[in-house]
Amino acid sequence: MIYRENGQFKVAYRDDQQIFPIAQDRWFVLALLAFAFLVVPFLFDDYVYKAILIPFLVLALAAIGVNILVGYCGQISLGSGAFMAVGAYMAYNMFVRFDGMPLIAALLLGGGFATLVGIVFGIPSLRVKGLYLAVATLAAQFFCDWAFSRIPWFTNNSSSGSVAVGRLEVMGWHINTPVEKYLFCLSFVVVFALLAKNLVRGAIGRQWMAIRDMDVAAAVIGIRPTYAKLSAFAVSSFIVGVAGALWGFVHLGSWEPLAFSIDRSFQLLFIVIIGGLGSIMGSLFGAAFIVILPIFLNQFLPFLGSLFGVTISTALISHTEYMIFGALIVWFLIAEPHGLARLWSIGKQKLRLWPFPH
Amino acid sequence: MGFFLETVFGGLMAGVLYSLVALGFVLIFKASGVFNFAQGAMVLFAALAMARFSQWLPMWLGFESKWLANILAFAIAAALMFAFAWLVERLVLRHLVNQEGVTLLMATLGITYFLDGLGQTIFGSAVYKIDIGMPKQPIFVFDSVFQGGLLINQEDLYAALIAAALVAALTIFFQKTTTGRALRAVADDHQAAQSIGISLQRMWVVVWFVAGITALVAGMIWGSKIGVQFSLTTVALKALPVIILGGLTSVPGAIVGGLIIGVGEKLSEVYLGPFFGGGIEIWFSYVLALIVLLVRPQGLFGEKIIDRV
Repeated sequence: MIYRENGQFKVAYRDDQQIFPIAQDRWFVLALLAFAFLVVPFLFDDYVYKAILIPFLVLALAAIGVNILVGYCGQISLGSGAFMAVGAYMAYNMFVRFDGMPLIAALLLGGGFATLVGIVFGIPSLRVKGLYLAVATLAAQFFCDWAFSRIPWFTNNSSSGSVAVGRLEVMGWHINTPVEKYLFCLSFVVVFALLAKNLVRGAIGRQWMAIRDMDVAAAVIGIRPTYAKLSAFAVSSFIVGVAGALWGFVHLGSWEPLAFSIDRSFQLLFIVIIGGLGSIMGSLFGAAFIVILPIFLNQFLPFLGSLFGVTISTALISHTEYMIFGALIVWFLIAEPHGLARLWSIGKQKLRLWPFPH
Repeated sequence: MGFFLETVFGGLMAGVLYSLVALGFVLIFKASGVFNFAQGAMVLFAALAMARFSQWLPMWLGFESKWLANILAFAIAAALMFAFAWLVERLVLRHLVNQEGVTLLMATLGITYFLDGLGQTIFGSAVYKIDIGMPKQPIFVFDSVFQGGLLINQEDLYAALIAAALVAALTIFFQKTTTGRALRAVADDHQAAQSIGISLQRMWVVVWFVAGITALVAGMIWGSKIGVQFSLTTVALKALPVIILGGLTSVPGAIVGGLIIGVGEKLSEVYLGPFFGGGIEIWFSYVLALIVLLVRPQGLFGEKIIDRV
């Protein structure tokens, strides 16, 4: 009734090419942004920002990167954790080794180095595809794990192998409190989500999707597979690298290679699949799901136990968490293989007709 | 020379175990097109069941014989793997027919999490021992051929023998039995197999069960060497380059690939490691597999990948 495009006339090509062609969508997104920037910082205590919102934002950013590669270009990657690590460690090196390196420049440079590494490990994608490629990208993961724990240069010769970043400052603004960190991450996510959205609906995004849907046919109609695949690897690892740098700098503060282990890669792939392959919005949904689920289980299981008068040990909780997490993943894949983004679009479709059935 | 050969032998022994795990991967991939990440979790689960039951049974039933306990524990673990295979088919695979490869891969990752959690909930998460009576003393061989001879773990020899016996049994199973033939038919062509009346679902249970048995044997050997613990799951990650190297669809490829990776890993660690600061075996096998992929995208023994438009 309210949510539909009737009466919204498009009189210029610009109107036709908007990200959100329906006015209600535009207002909703603007309102959501205003809410996230202006209201959310006053709502919660520090724990919520530290444990939920900041990890959610950073993982969502990384998932957008992974989604470009896996969801839009169809190249399965199990090495995203490695690209995060490259982003984090190279940003750290830039930050520490050059005096007066601005924070944002360091983060972006970290992403730049991740791009280079991504392109190198993307080269096998020109020869192999599918599951073979997935295993090939694991090489990046294990190589980076090894490099960052064994080569002292990367950690600035720190004896413990872990690195720490001191004060974060952007043009005189000190980022100390969780709320400020939240706002900092949020700005990154908004800028990069917009960028990614525009990329995937532009010429290059269409090339990626053509490659994903059928690479031979795409090559026949004149899309260069080399260029399309490697550019997807480059853009994806740039975003993932920046997310990795944010994860290290803003979320963790001090970290070691274990923070970017293979579990991180799996986690990102989960986010992308649960959120929905080939959807920027889905990356946000998936990240929210993956961040909130363990916290929820962690709180809910002891409560459930106390209901039945059983005290559950911490080890048992963590094992049960594993089980429920695994079972939920499988259930989710069976129930909605296209992810949360699909539910979102079904909801929108229904809302358009509401309150009429047809 | 002696040292070099010892390294090679050590690598071969490790390679045998990689082959076993890789075999599980390949069997499942051939029969159901599922890239089964849960193989490592299956190894851990089966080994945990075996280790714990071989301890519990003598306690519960009050007998002493270690052999009897081991055999019964093996049988129970095998039964558990069968139940697992049946449940996987019932609850997961059946509902995911015709989904994309990556979705199935994710589903097996979910199974991995579930199985890891379940195993440790039931059987506990400490380090357990499997004692199947393998002799631990190293022996010297080839004393007469060159000076010093070769130092070989008897344990490793027995492990290789068990693995070889398993491979032989599997070969007979695949070549001579009706079920084995049906499995090969399914692996060749799903639709053709179905059209002549082979039940795909039954075959999936069988193949997951067979993979479970190879996981059990691998877990048993590995567990008696280094103890049953969570790190067994990383064996699966070591087996991935093996199947890439050998080809996702080739059983001989899994075995040869396992041996190549095992030997390559040890040799690289010993002879190249010092130049890189050590610890390179974790990525060396992957880089080796990657280089092979660049030359032969289907692996050493895989079927040639043909694009049809």
